[in-house]
Amino acid sequence: MIDISESVMQVLLAFIVVGPLIGAAAALLPAPPGLKGKSPEQAVLRHGVSVTGAVLIAAIVLTLGFDHDHPSKMQATTDISWIPALDVRIHLGIDGISLPLLVLTALLTFLCALYSYFKMPSGPSPKAFVALVLVLESGTLATFAVLDLLLFFLAFEMVLIPMYFLIARWGGEQKQAAAWKFILYTLLGSVVMLLGLLLIGLKAGTFDMVALATDNHPALTTSVQVIAVLAIGIGLAVKTPMWPLHSWLPDAHTAAPTVGSVLLAGVLLKMGTYGFVRILLPITPDGMSTFAPYLAAFAVVGIIYGSLACLALAKKGAKGDLKRLIAYSSVGHMGFVLLGIASMTPTGVNGALFANIAHGLITGLLFFLVGALKDRTGTTDLDTLAQQTGAALYGKAPRLGGLLAFAAVASLGLPGLAGFWGEMLALFGAFDPADDLSRPAFLTFMTIAAFGTLLTAAYMLVVVRRVCMGAVPQEGPKLADVQSYEFAAWTPLVVLTVIAGLWPKALLGLTDPAVQQLFAGGTR
Amino acid sequence: MSAQAQSLVQSVDWLAIAPPTLAAVVGLVVLVTDLFVGDNRKALLGWVSVAGLAASALMLLPLLDGDRSTFCLTGDADVCSYTADRFTLVIQFLVLGGALLAALLSMTALKDADRELPEGEFWFLLLSSAAGAALLPASRDLATLIVALEVASLPAFALVGIKHGDRKSSEAALKFFLSSVTATAVSLMGISFVYASTGTLYLTEIATRIENVDDQLQTLAEAGVVLTLVGFAFKTAAVPFHFWVPDTYVGAPLPVAAYLSVVGKAVGFSGLILVTVIALPSYADVWGPALAALAALTMTVGNVGALRQRSTRAYSAVRLLAWSSVGQAGYLLVPIAAAAYSEDAEKAIGSTVAYALMYAAVNLGAFAVAALVARTKPLNRVSDYRGLYASRPLAALVLGFFLLCLAGLPPGIIGLFAKVTVFSAAVDAGLGWLAVVMAVNVVIALFYYLQWTTLLFRAPEGEPETHRVPAPLTAAIALTAVLGIALSGAPQLILRFSDTGLF
Repeated sequence: MIDISESVMQVLLAFIVVGPLIGAAAALLPAPPGLKGKSPEQAVLRHGVSVTGAVLIAAIVLTLGFDHDHPSKMQATTDISWIPALDVRIHLGIDGISLPLLVLTALLTFLCALYSYFKMPSGPSPKAFVALVLVLESGTLATFAVLDLLLFFLAFEMVLIPMYFLIARWGGEQKQAAAWKFILYTLLGSVVMLLGLLLIGLKAGTFDMVALATDNHPALTTSVQVIAVLAIGIGLAVKTPMWPLHSWLPDAHTAAPTVGSVLLAGVLLKMGTYGFVRILLPITPDGMSTFAPYLAAFAVVGIIYGSLACLALAKKGAKGDLKRLIAYSSVGHMGFVLLGIASMTPTGVNGALFANIAHGLITGLLFFLVGALKDRTGTTDLDTLAQQTGAALYGKAPRLGGLLAFAAVASLGLPGLAGFWGEMLALFGAFDPADDLSRPAFLTFMTIAAFGTLLTAAYMLVVVRRVCMGAVPQEGPKLADVQSYEFAAWTPLVVLTVIAGLWPKALLGLTDPAVQQLFAGGTR
Repeated sequence: MSAQAQSLVQSVDWLAIAPPTLAAVVGLVVLVTDLFVGDNRKALLGWVSVAGLAASALMLLPLLDGDRSTFCLTGDADVCSYTADRFTLVIQFLVLGGALLAALLSMTALKDADRELPEGEFWFLLLSSAAGAALLPASRDLATLIVALEVASLPAFALVGIKHGDRKSSEAALKFFLSSVTATAVSLMGISFVYASTGTLYLTEIATRIENVDDQLQTLAEAGVVLTLVGFAFKTAAVPFHFWVPDTYVGAPLPVAAYLSVVGKAVGFSGLILVTVIALPSYADVWGPALAALAALTMTVGNVGALRQRSTRAYSAVRLLAWSSVGQAGYLLVPIAAAAYSEDAEKAIGSTVAYALMYAAVNLGAFAVAALVARTKPLNRVSDYRGLYASRPLAALVLGFFLLCLAGLPPGIIGLFAKVTVFSAAVDAGLGWLAVVMAVNVVIALFYYLQWTTLLFRAPEGEPETHRVPAPLTAAIALTAVLGIALSGAPQLILRFSDTGLF
């Protein structure tokens, strides 16, 4: 939109990736004179807000400078040799596929930092908290910005340790077990993924994603591709998470602090689906088409399974936890994303990328709201909250209740809000899958997935009824309504959800050319 | 007359053999000096030894310009007993550097022991063992190889048992001694078989002659190959020759355990590399599967053993490091096994060398921090590390970094990439199953490394005790930390060995 010279763009992208790391190191040091603030805690939390804010501004400027007429072209690219022995290059770049995810990550992390500034989760020192969030941010941003397989792996691994500590230190009940489950599961997945990445890199003689996607590599025979897709797919599927590899997610979400849940659902899960689109689709199309029907089948099972689990949790007397419920709903939503990818069509992949962003915005908002509810009532247990008639949030805290209802409706895919387009496009993709995929099978998947949207609507409405409606007790304690800092943290998500719902072209205009290019022989 | 004399007397390239020789000479000097130095000035011996090791490491510099060989056959100048090629220099650097760091740790340990340990003897033994270990990678005939192996090992037995009147220490030394001697005897028998079937001790000669062994002697040669490997597998602490490790490490003074975990292993795997890749490439179908199985077993047993350590047991920190070093030995063996299957054996070997360098730096660092903690908490339980961050933030951060390097997760970037090279050697050689076994092991290992790491940052129990850290200990921790961090920024520094020919 505005003309920014290529070298400035390079610096911006490099800053986005490295900035948070430097910020994390700085967070551990004592605050310099003049920036001491009221207390060391306040100073370091403010530091977190300013670093993530700077990264967000850089990401926005990068978006403005991004050549929107050619989103299929890699832009702001840097390509420096780092470890020649392993052929690892610091190759950074963004195109229409990665840019939205990059901005989403920067935005969500900033909002989390802002939220924590006013509402620090209970636990040990905020110093470590800020440093860990910043390392986490750097790892996720790097995942979306790197164009080298081994660097991708490095970035993928970088988020594990910070997330582990965020859950284990600042989490709720059962936090140790949940944190262990999270890290061991995902590490096992990503080490297996490494084997697949190495197989591709060693056979083809390069680890460069762009070169791998564009050039023809005869050494990547179908059998090599099948093994590679299996190995890489397992790693990515654990992260996404795909049913039946999802079982770490509900525990991790239930135990994680609000900010951890927001980041986990909002950006960490996207690393898995992004890997499918960036690595598997363009580099190993043959292997991918072998596994696409299975992937789609698992995705559809995930949609139904997630919805049924949510319905069971939402039932009266089931002692369902709201955070756990949203986690299971994520399994369902990510099922749509995987279905879109598995269709191997531009429509489906566009839908998947759109659903990615929509899920980040809506589920991020939902976790914020549930976290706020927990702060006010001390519980996320649906039965305790609702008691006999319902939690009556509309009566006790109307704005909070309204926002929760809004997020729930957005999550169930109401047309006009962000959740709608992604899932619809994914279903469209499944309706008409790539030529070498079995159409009857995908039609079946589509039908079942469409049924899943009904189930989603059902449990979301049950949740709204039980949490927001109900009789207001006459002499009960009033709940504090939405505070101004909460408004500040949540408004951007609400606004973007509406914009993406009403004006999907803003996003699809970015992703579509890049996706078309992906299928036509890789992003150049 | 003079011409004949020339043909009998080998010319010696003193510069080439300077690094191990200097270490040995300084060892003797220290032993003699000990007689003339008063009790209150024994610390001098430590500084002389450290300087000697540093000097021998510096003597590697002039050798960088190219391969040198000495003690060659007078008839055939290509057949030599001692070669200082890139492989030799890298391993010698690893050994001497490792010994130097162990010496820095020892200075504090000896001072704290307050003359319980005989200083002169200690330094002499350490330097002799280091000299033997430095000789080993340069050896290019089986006799020199075995002599070097023994020079490296014999002083180590004495070092393990050096705590006078400590039953645990003597028991550990005896265990170590008996099992090691058995392994060496088996190895010697293997060598005699190989010699019997080929008629030469020179590695390069064996390589050519063993291909044309008489059919009758085929079995003998094969048995010889397997038996020879046993002795070196023992030094590497490969399963099933690992049982001595935990007890020996716990019984030995901590710096000696650190020394064994790094230099002892270097001796083992460089011997293995020389025997397999240089002498017996044609028998790759025998030692390849054997080493692959050994690697899989070693890492699994080591990691499961480490996993089973209870953190409240006495000496559990050293025990855990001991078991984890067994697991790490498994990773070291993977590329050697892969060399049997790969077209470019040297490249695979380079992965082992790169991994060993990473392992040496961070494992010695972990031992250095353990030595620091042991000063106030002599029982050295893992649970003693709880809340280390509160009393010593830097030491805790550094130890966390070392442990994550060993686990191979960021921020331990060098650990991650060292593992990647090992994985890539396995994948390249088509050893997919071994890579998968290793992948599972990496996850198991993460569990205990991370458990320890989290403990460091827990809220401490009781008042943290602080004391001044002695300078040598600070130097050792700082040196390893700087190495680890520098390598994490520029992994190419050591990973380049996995890309170029070493021989």
